[in-house]
Formats: sequence, C-alpha cells, structure tokens
Amino acid sequence: MKILVSVKRVIDYNVKVRVKADHTAVDLTNVKMSMNPFCEIAVEEAIRLKEKGIASDVVVVSVGSKSCQETLRTALALGADRAIQVETEDGLDSLSVAKLIAKVAQEEAADLVIMGKQSIDSDNNQTGQMLAALLDYPQATFASEVVIENGEAHVTREIDGGLQTLAITLPAVITTDLRLNEPRFASLPNIMKAKKKPLDVKTPADLGVEVGSNVSIVSVTPPPQRAGGIKVGSVAELVDKLKNEAKVVS
Amino acid sequence: MSILILAEHDNKSLKPATLNTVTAATQIGADVHLLVVGFECQTVVEQASQVAGVSKVLVADNAVYEHQLAENVSKLVVDIASGYGHILAPATTTGKNTLPRVAALLNVAQLSDVIKVESADTFVRPIYAGNAIATVKTTDAVKVLTVRSTGFDAAASTGGNAEREVLSQVIASDRSRFVKEQLAESDRPELTAANVIISGGRGMGNGENFKLLEGVADKLGAAIGASRAAVDAGFVPNDLQVGQTGKTVAPDLYIAVGISGAIQHLAGMKDSKVIVAINKDEDAPIFQVADYGLVADLFDAVPELEKSL
Ligand SMILES: Cc1cc2nc3c(=O)[nH]c(=O)nc-3n(C[C@H](O)[C@H](O)[C@H](O)COP(=O)(O)OP(=O)(O)OC[C@H]3O[C@@H](n4cnc5c(N)ncnc54)[C@H](O)[C@@H]3O)c2cc1C
Ligand SMILES: Nc1ncnc2c1ncn2[C@@H]1O[C@H](COP(=O)(O)O)[C@@H](O)[C@H]1O
Repeated sequence: MKILVSVKRVIDYNVKVRVKADHTAVDLTNVKMSMNPFCEIAVEEAIRLKEKGIASDVVVVSVGSKSCQETLRTALALGADRAIQVETEDGLDSLSVAKLIAKVAQEEAADLVIMGKQSIDSDNNQTGQMLAALLDYPQATFASEVVIENGEAHVTREIDGGLQTLAITLPAVITTDLRLNEPRFASLPNIMKAKKKPLDVKTPADLGVEVGSNVSIVSVTPPPQRAGGIKVGSVAELVDKLKNEAKVVS
Repeated sequence: MSILILAEHDNKSLKPATLNTVTAATQIGADVHLLVVGFECQTVVEQASQVAGVSKVLVADNAVYEHQLAENVSKLVVDIASGYGHILAPATTTGKNTLPRVAALLNVAQLSDVIKVESADTFVRPIYAGNAIATVKTTDAVKVLTVRSTGFDAAASTGGNAEREVLSQVIASDRSRFVKEQLAESDRPELTAANVIISGGRGMGNGENFKLLEGVADKLGAAIGASRAAVDAGFVPNDLQVGQTGKTVAPDLYIAVGISGAIQHLAGMKDSKVIVAINKDEDAPIFQVADYGLVADLFDAVPELEKSL
C-alpha cells in the first residue's frame, strides 16, 4: 500500500506573530519556520503504518517555493521514502493546493492520503476535504485513531460532541488531529541519510493544473488588544469584583 | 439571490450555532433558507421553521443522512446550489467536515471561521491563531463560508414562520460507513453556548481533581472546558478542549484554572467578556489577558471559591 502525505512549511508554532506595519500581511522575515504540527502527525502516522508492514511506500509532497524542500527533507529524515515539491509561490489558496495534490495522488496511485487537519498559519481546515471531493474519495477528518484492515480504514474522529468512528474504503483521505500520535524526532544519521533520498520537483504545468483564486486580501491587522486587568489578593476580593464590578456573578 | 445555511443538529434539536449563522446571513442580506439534512428529524424542522429571519426550510430526511456523512451531504448541497449566492454553515466539526467539499465541487474557495461580514463579498476572519485578522474579498460566483458563532449574536429562535420544502434526492456513498460514536453526556450547558465557563489545565494534576471545578460550575451554571495539555494527559475528553484547534468560546465569564495561557489556548477564549485566571505562577502569560488574576494554589483557591459563591 502506498501512502501520500502532504506537508506544509509554516511559521513555527512558538513564534509570536507580528503584522506588517502596512497591514498587508504577517511579517515572515527572519522568522523560524517549521513543518506544520498537524503534518508532523500525518508523517508519523504514515511511518508507523510502514513499520507495521501495512504500508510499503511513503511519499511526501509539499506545494510551495524552494524553501519547502527543507520541510520535505525533514519528512524524509523522519522516515518517508521519497519527496515531491510542487514549485509555486507560497501562500497558494487551498483549492489550488488540493488540485495539485489530487494530480500527484493520481500519478502516484496512492491508496491513502494523510494530511494535517489544519495549517496553523491560514487556519483553513479545508484542503483535505477539498482533495477528497476532487478525487471523489471518502474522507475521515480530525482522526485520533486509524486502523487499516481489509482495504478499509476504521478512523476514530474528534468531533464537537465526543468521538465518532467511520469505516471508509481505500483509496481515501484522512486528516490528523492532535491526539493521533506523538511524532518522533529525526536522528542525526537519519538526517544525513535523508539528503540522499529522491526529491522531485514538478510545476503546476507538469501536472496540468491551473492555479489561481478569486479571493484577495484587503488587509491584515493586529487583533484588538485586551485592556490589562488587575491582580486580586484573595478569593473574597475576586468574588466581590465579579459580583459588584464586573457584575457577571449574582 | 438567496442564502443557504446548512443547519447544525443531531436529529433531535437544532443547535445554537445555527442561530448565530442565521445572523451572519441576515447581515449579508437576501433571503435566508435553512437546509436540514438528517433522519427522523421532524422536531429539528419544527424548530428551524420558527427561527426569525428564515424564509424557507429545506428538508432532506432519509436514513442515508442519519450521520450527516460529508460525502452524501456535500453532493446534496451541490445538487440544490443553483440560485444561491452564498452557502454557509456554522464552523463546527460538522460544518468544517462538509463545507470544503461543497466548495471544491463548485470549484470555488471556502472562507473559514468568518467573524464579521463587511459586505456581501467581503468578510473578516482570524488567521495565525487569532494573532492576525484578515479581511478578504471574494469574487467567486458562489461564496462558501463557515461562520464562527462567537462573532455573531444568536438570531431569535422563535417568531419566524418559514415555508417548508421537502427534498427527495437520496444520495448515498457506499464507501463511507458510520460505525459508532461515543458522545459526551452532560447536564451542563454546551461549551460553545455557555454564559460561564470554568476550564482546567495541566495544573489540575489529574482527572479526579476536575471535580473541584464541577463544584464551582454547579453554583454558576457553568460549562467545563480544558486546555490541550489536560486533554492530552487524559484528564478529560477531547470535546472539552478550548483553543486554536479545539472550540472557540466567548462567554460572559471564563475562569482559567491551572492554565498557563499559551497562544493556542488564548485563541479559543480571549474574546470572553470577563476572564479570571487562577495560577500559582505570577508570571504565567494567562495573567496578561485576565481581567482578574489570582496568584494562588488552585487546590486552596477553588474550594474556597465554591464556598463563597
Ligand atoms: C498545533 C498546536 C495546536 C494546539 N492547540 C491547542 C488548543 O486548541 N488548546 C490548548 O489549550 N492548547 C493547544 N495547544 C497546546 C499549547 O501550546 C499549550 O501546550 C497548552 O495550552 C498548555 O496547557 P496548560 O496551560 O494546561 O499546561 P501548562 O502550560 O503546563 O500550564 C500549567 C499551568 O498550571 C499552573 N499550575 C500548576 N499547578 C498549579 C496549582 N497547584 N495551582 C495553580 N496553578 C498551578 C502552572 O503554573 C502552569 O501555568 C496546541 C499546540 C500546538 C502545537
Ligand atoms: N502548500 C501546501 N503543501 C502541502 N500540503 C498542504 C499545503 N497547504 C495545505 N496542505 C495540507 O493541508 C492540510 C490542511 O491545511 P489547511 O486546509 O490549509 O488548514 C495541511 O496540514 C497540509 O497537510
């Protein structure tokens, strides 16, 4: 079974985000970039399936400028076999990304595509669902457990009310939630080995996909700041403030 | 052109997030239609037809829709999409599961987690865990959006009298099958609709200690929430997680207990009206957003709080 995992390069989750003074975008100059945390979980799940003998081949794909090759190398160091960069400008919209990945999934004849549920920069939570729709595949989003047997994936999903389990037939798309697994760290020897693993570069034209979007950014502004509060000295003072000042407790 | 909203429900009752989405739709303008897709969901249809501002309720009631599988529902929505300029759903796990499929099938973008309507084609949404606010304009023929309920007041649940239309399409996928679900049962208000929330973090130490929060919650009629660390550690189930990748809440009062205040947690609660933090570390970042901060050991402060309410 062949698994395709898509990984995105994003601002590191520890970085304090700043909006550019001209309010056109977030400032990404000299900011630490990393693999999107949900994509790390996706890579980890694929590698575990390979270690269990369920998957034979793990291919990783990223859509973006040359710098996303760094993220692909990280995935290779974690255990993926091959990588594909689809060379585009950064920040392409989700539908275009989904169209590109759909073509890669078809060319690779992947049996399963595992993606993150959400990018922590755009917070879109949609690319996996769009990909599944374009390929007319079943989907299981927000996965916290994946069991593959008899050509089906039994996926436990984190939903608002609790947990739901679906059985979907392969080929399919799964998106990862936080509790699916705990990603490993790449070891130094594996980082060295990853440099020799194959990494292909393709263009949207190679894949026959036209990218573009009808959505434009009008502005990007900092969020409203909360006025600073106060420290109270005791529980009694807290209760008094809540009753008589904030009037949120009767 | 009319606006179509995918109603959030569990076949028994219409969920409050639908009402906030109706308000967003009313701000866009035009005629608002609610689509109820489910099975034996007659009471939901009754409730939906009474929502103020809704002119029509479309009903697809069939066993194949019982679990609202994204494969089926998205195709149904696309089937009836012509004539609609906007298609909306609440930004719940159901809406987020289904609507991007609708957008892709229509070959248009989806705008996620809209918190403000500027005009019929321009919308505001948080990005980077709410550390930046983007205003975006779309010229897509059909605008597909999920709506964050904290951004909009709830429409009145009564006062409307919508006409009903029954949809006969039966769209079923044989490649996705519901197996089971484990739903949390609680007498407390739903997290995303509660006026008061008390949340616990890693500082709670274990799941048993969440009983301390229950005592306070009982007195305040509050819902209970949690940080990711508390969920990861198995103290409480995943449906309690508040944050960038959990639930977004904005109650009148949010009490954070033993939570440090990581940006991913703040993303889910910093629009609350009044924030209280109880933490023994006076430098915990949660104090930067708290209106009232109490530096104390929670095992002393929480029982005392329960007693003094
Ligand atoms: C991709 C991604 C997504 C994430 N999404 C979310 C999300 O949706 N929601 C979320 O919450 N987090 C999320 N996180 C995790 C987030 O970064 C933090 O790790 C998490 O919020 C920390 O939880 P915490 O505050 O409970 O734990 P900690 O940071 O460990 O804080 C525990 C606090 O308890 C205090 N404490 C300990 N004992 C006591 C005591 N006896 N009395 C009083 N205070 C005490 C300590 O002083 C400390 O401040 C995400 C992270 C990533 C990478
Ligand atoms: N540019 C990209 N390259 C590769 N994968 C991506 C890209 N953008 C999004 N994805 C995938 O889609 C998931 C969800 O992203 P999003 O829909 O943007 O929140 C991510 O976790 C990735 O797996």
